[in-house]
Amino acid sequence: MTETTPENRFVKVKQSWLRKQSLGLLTLPVGITLFVGLWYLVTRLGNYPSFILPDPGSVFGEMKTIALNGLLWFHVKATLTEMAGGLALGLFGATLLGYILAKSPLLERLLGPYIVASQSVPAVAIAPLLIIWFGTGKVSKVLVCALVVFFPILVNTIVGIRSVDEGLKTMLRSLNASKWQTFIRLEIPAALPVLLGGLKIGVTLSVIGAVVGEFVGADRGLGYLINLAKGLFNTPLMFAALIVLTAISLSLYLAITGLEKWLLAWRT
Amino acid sequence: MTVPILQARSLAKSFHAIGGDLPAVAQMSFSVSPGEFLCIVGPSGCGKTTLLQMLAGLSPPSAGDVLLDGKTLAEPQRDISVVFQKPNLMPWRTVLENVLLPMQIFGLPYRRAEEKARLMLDKVGLEQFVDAYPNALSGGMEQRVAIARALVQNPRILLLDEPFGSLDALTREKLNLELLKLWRDQNITAVMVTHNIREAALMADRVLVLSPRPASISAEIPVNLPRPRVEDIEYTKAFTDLTFTIRKEIRD
Repeated sequence: MTETTPENRFVKVKQSWLRKQSLGLLTLPVGITLFVGLWYLVTRLGNYPSFILPDPGSVFGEMKTIALNGLLWFHVKATLTEMAGGLALGLFGATLLGYILAKSPLLERLLGPYIVASQSVPAVAIAPLLIIWFGTGKVSKVLVCALVVFFPILVNTIVGIRSVDEGLKTMLRSLNASKWQTFIRLEIPAALPVLLGGLKIGVTLSVIGAVVGEFVGADRGLGYLINLAKGLFNTPLMFAALIVLTAISLSLYLAITGLEKWLLAWRT
Repeated sequence: MTVPILQARSLAKSFHAIGGDLPAVAQMSFSVSPGEFLCIVGPSGCGKTTLLQMLAGLSPPSAGDVLLDGKTLAEPQRDISVVFQKPNLMPWRTVLENVLLPMQIFGLPYRRAEEKARLMLDKVGLEQFVDAYPNALSGGMEQRVAIARALVQNPRILLLDEPFGSLDALTREKLNLELLKLWRDQNITAVMVTHNIREAALMADRVLVLSPRPASISAEIPVNLPRPRVEDIEYTKAFTDLTFTIRKEIRD
């Protein structure tokens, strides 16, 4: 590779990016191994009873059991469905309202206080009410999820749309671009970094929303499983559920980060 | 005299402010002939940008009007392209994609648009950088992309708002001469606003000197330096005399 044509330059950029990625993929297993090792050491040296702090072996044993008998997937599926529904609903509502509010300062002044007030009531506290109104089924959890996710995405949308560069807006106006063209060619790509930031927060919050909803009243889901394990004093089961929950939010977070890296490749 | 391509008729603009209207441009009339390079010089903050925005159809005048081919200008036209002070490139688009933008807005078929964009990028000397993102470019290169984007749709009029104001002197001189070449090759009419006297003298067929705010025309100075203009022209007596004349008009 002696020539330095623009193509070559890009190949180089891609390679170094891949190398960075593989380094990241390596740090994760090493970190997990260290953590499990430490955990094992603590249980071994402290000799705690299993219902206080179970050792990794019994937790993974429990996880294996519920994975094999289908119980794990049953609860994971329930939580994931609620999260997906809540995230979709919250994302849609918050971006739509955020866009409208970003475009209309009058409307923002009018609705702003109500939106902020609605946020000072924790979604966790509204969950019981939603259970009364919508039952212990899926709908109430989807709504709790959507409520939790709503605000950060709304704020990020407003910030993102408002931060679109004035110079670029004028430039598009000089081309006589329509509102739709301005939206597609300028506002969306310009706001994308902030929108993805909101989504990143939203994804992790949706896990919280689903679990909170399940705590309050449900017959399935990982939050329900934790509650059940508490009742049974089955701490290894609780740990197993917690680990799965963590794995879910972590992989979703990493997925969004990957999406971000791919969509915002121009920033590197 | 030839029929003017662009005309300002008693053009005025004031902005609403607390305690009354703040006039930015007052009663300005002038015309631009086809193929002419007109420079508008004035002190900083005198309303030059406001004037250019009105000529571009970006900002409606408070009084008077702008005529393009004798017809009142109500909104931005395809025939008129603007190069702004800032390059205003989209950081998420490559150089090529940035130049493609006007043609995407106008709905040109992609293949033809790409062909035109690549040709234009060749002309501004950026063929090596078509796939680079703006954050990898220098200020001068960014402004070249902006010029390519402005010229790619074959406008008849190019409006320039201090396009090289933030560049270093050497780059500025280089880009000035490149712009002159493009102006001649593309056979277009150019109106450039600047506060740099040497730049105005180097580029223009005619220089309009503006008064401090509210802007009005305080002098009109024809430039009779030979074309094509080269760097050396800046060291001739005729050039120095001219810059002196412009300078004096700005002072008075």
